[in-house]
Amino acid sequence: MKLRFATVWLAGCSGCHMSFLDLDEWLIELAQRVDVVFSPVASDIKTYPEDVDVCLVEGGVANADNLELILQVRARTRLLVSFGDCAITANVPGMRNRLEGAEPVLRRGYLELADGSGQLPHAPGLVPDLLERVLPLHELVPVDHYLPGCPPSAARIRAFLEPLLRGEPPLMEGAAMIRFG
Amino acid sequence: MSVRTLSINGHAVAMATGTTLLAAAREVGVPIPTLCHLEGLSPVAACRLCLVEIEGSGKLQPACLTPVAEGMVVHTDTPRLQDYRRTVIEMLFTEGNHVCAICVANGHCELQDRAVEVGMDHSRLPYRHPDRPVDLSHPLFGLDHNRCILCTRCVRVCDEVEGAHVWDVGWRGEHCRIIAGLNEPWGAVDACTDCGKCVQVCPTGALFDKADTTGEKHADPARLGALVRARARGQQTR
Repeated sequence: MKLRFATVWLAGCSGCHMSFLDLDEWLIELAQRVDVVFSPVASDIKTYPEDVDVCLVEGGVANADNLELILQVRARTRLLVSFGDCAITANVPGMRNRLEGAEPVLRRGYLELADGSGQLPHAPGLVPDLLERVLPLHELVPVDHYLPGCPPSAARIRAFLEPLLRGEPPLMEGAAMIRFG
Repeated sequence: MSVRTLSINGHAVAMATGTTLLAAAREVGVPIPTLCHLEGLSPVAACRLCLVEIEGSGKLQPACLTPVAEGMVVHTDTPRLQDYRRTVIEMLFTEGNHVCAICVANGHCELQDRAVEVGMDHSRLPYRHPDRPVDLSHPLFGLDHNRCILCTRCVRVCDEVEGAHVWDVGWRGEHCRIIAGLNEPWGAVDACTDCGKCVQVCPTGALFDKADTTGEKHADPARLGALVRARARGQQTR
């Protein structure tokens, strides 16, 4: 039976997903071996399904939507993979944490740095509220595998997925596999 | 020259009195990771990466500062030491703000290299994200405290090799940081000769050339060893 495979995009730049698309022709091989059941780049499904085998999660957890989705992903996924530096360290999105809170971040971005006409975004139910801090996934939910890199190269993603698809744990050592940045 | 015989990871080793365990281990091809250590500067055992186990001693000892002794039985790579080293690296990453992807030293950073060596694919400790300043007052160079691991190589090279002593260490604990002069902006310190040795020896992107952007800093700390050796042998040219 094919593995049920998903990818999720939280607070990241989508660069990890672009790198995933850089797998080029190997994506065809991947598509023959898995069912893509949820992905911003490979599926139109809007609701995260049940019984997912493997999910690559890009990005840290920065807002209420991210938090809701990662809890859903954890509850419905067998192997949750922290995909890229933002998911693992909070990385660039986490740089706002030094301002200590969502409100100072919004004031900085929308008022202090605006050209006089700035206003704070307010659209309940439409624009999700920022969390006080951006967190790496494993500070919120248990994570099964870590795939570092900003972004992880296509070669690194493939070297990670190939053993995983065979049911073996990927060998995460050496600069080719775990170097940050 | 008197000689001490000892055992390092089961290898019988004979070394001159006064040799450090780090030098002895490297001499016989046993790697011990370091960050604050640099050939040409006095050892300070600040980073704690080179801690080793010595049989009969309950305390771990820094290899960079501990001299060889007769009959010593040393272990440099036990599971306990491996775990401590990974923890030290995780503490360094989470204590400051090390955003590799946008760092001037990305790809040429000793902290990044040590993280790979200790097998750090994530940190088991939470990130602190402290609010730290950047000093861009010097005309040529910058100091980003977010990336500083307080190894004090800059302090030592400026004092011991350049003889200017621009750098020092201020405050303690989480407030501890490198200061220029009497805690002045770097560019306001007259003692600075603009030599750039501190930038060359910095293991991370904390000290950098303003002309360098992301991933462009290629420091070469080993050049310092060459300079110090040349001076010791009177080989400097004019």
